[in-house]
Amino acid sequence: MLLCNNVRKTFDTNVVLDDVSLTLPKHSVNVVIGASGSGKSTLLRCINLLERVDDGQIFLDGADITAIGVAPDDVRRRIGTVFQQFNLFPHMSVIGNITLAPIKVHRVPPEQARTEAMALLERFGLADKADAYPDRLSGGQQQRVAILRAIATKPLLLLLDEVTSALDPLLVGEVLSLVEDLRKDGVSMVIATHEMGFARHVADTLMFLYRGRVIEAGDPQQMLDDPNTPELRHYLTRMRAAGRL
Amino acid sequence: MTSLANRDSDGGMSAYQPSLLRKEREAAAKRASVKATLTAVISTIVVLGVLAFIIRNSPGWPRVQESFLDGPYFLESLPRVAQGLWLNLRVMIIAAICIAILGSLVAVARTTTSPVLAPVRLIATVYTDIFRGLPLIIVMLGLGLGIPALRISWLPSSVIFFGGMALVLTYSAYVAEVLRAGIEAVNPTQRMAARALGLSQWQTLRFVVAPQALRKVTPALLNDLVSLQKDSGLISILGAIDAVRAAGIMTAKAFNFTPYVVAGLLFMMLTIPMTRVTDAIARRIDKRSDIGIPI
Repeated sequence: MLLCNNVRKTFDTNVVLDDVSLTLPKHSVNVVIGASGSGKSTLLRCINLLERVDDGQIFLDGADITAIGVAPDDVRRRIGTVFQQFNLFPHMSVIGNITLAPIKVHRVPPEQARTEAMALLERFGLADKADAYPDRLSGGQQQRVAILRAIATKPLLLLLDEVTSALDPLLVGEVLSLVEDLRKDGVSMVIATHEMGFARHVADTLMFLYRGRVIEAGDPQQMLDDPNTPELRHYLTRMRAAGRL
Repeated sequence: MTSLANRDSDGGMSAYQPSLLRKEREAAAKRASVKATLTAVISTIVVLGVLAFIIRNSPGWPRVQESFLDGPYFLESLPRVAQGLWLNLRVMIIAAICIAILGSLVAVARTTTSPVLAPVRLIATVYTDIFRGLPLIIVMLGLGLGIPALRISWLPSSVIFFGGMALVLTYSAYVAEVLRAGIEAVNPTQRMAARALGLSQWQTLRFVVAPQALRKVTPALLNDLVSLQKDSGLISILGAIDAVRAAGIMTAKAFNFTPYVVAGLLFMMLTIPMTRVTDAIARRIDKRSDIGIPI
């Protein structure tokens, strides 16, 4: 489904991703953990081509999307992305936000796009907000709408970049439970997060990034309960002290 | 949440008795506000009174009153000046439409990044530099007197055409800069979110960036429109019979300046309502962007 082979990315002299590899089978969830600045966000931004990789390759559904001549727009329309800061379009209602890409990018008839968006909103208890503008929603509601906006185009892959980091702690739960529902639906996801409990719960595979390198990767239970490397052990100790474990 | 609020309003609120402290505070606030209003009224009366006294007691006052504020001549010149104003209005409306188109094109040209469009960017930059630097009156004289001298037969020969063109060229440069500022003021994360959804560069501009940019700069654009309304009076220097020119003709006829006062008042009758509408729109936009995330 998604395959990253020895991806390397530098900003000037700063190596942000160093030889990062990742295999994501269909319908599975890979969670990326690591301190701020460890390269989590950059990895996601490389996958949807918001950043260009320096070296290595990324394959989506068997095709090399880092090859010369690949149109980024064609790749991005098959990948859904959700950002830490929601980034809803403030001049559009909730339904307008969700239907924009289906109508303009995927040429879905507006009526059909609307019906499908309403079905999504209904399923996740946001139907009464369909005509509201983003500034009238709570942070948790905004982020849930942003996730629905990203899956409204039925992407092959969903990228979630610290989607709960900007939220009031009390609102984190509603967003995470939406992500869990998507997992049960079989949506393939790469998730960057600081929520260890959530990572344990939702991840099929876990990956620990430290200064742009994959230090440990594999089974989430095993990694969180019995870390092999001093780096991960130290990271988990700090997360525990911060109450995030 | 609801049960908490209900309990407050049923039980807690009805039992509330304002304390003596609160009553004293409110009384003091009221006294202060009455005093402020009184002070404002008195100071206004004093200032206006002094001004009126100085003007009315100046040696030339009877003369000025006669040649600028002649009642009967005011009424006589009104229809002619108003007719001229109709020309100003038409010039303004047509110019405003052309400015909207040209200004947007230049703004978009200046914000593109594609290497193919480098010459377009250069032309747009040079254009705004030139026309923002030139006084409107010079552009008007240059076009109105210069181009007809070329004697190109297929060009319209009307001075109104060249006057309008000068307005369009000058104002489009300003409007383009305002629009560009608006485009650049939209948070880059909005562009990123749109591109991540697969929208093309053009779709991102059209559906995400431009609507937000326009909202940000609407007050500035409406301000330019008010200004354009006034500056449409400059076409008179080319000889077009607009409100200013009509007033000039009437003035020359009777050696009385009252028609200029008429023209001034008529312009104000157009621009003041427009300014109020502008303020109202700006306030409405402010209100919307006040809540939650910035627009």
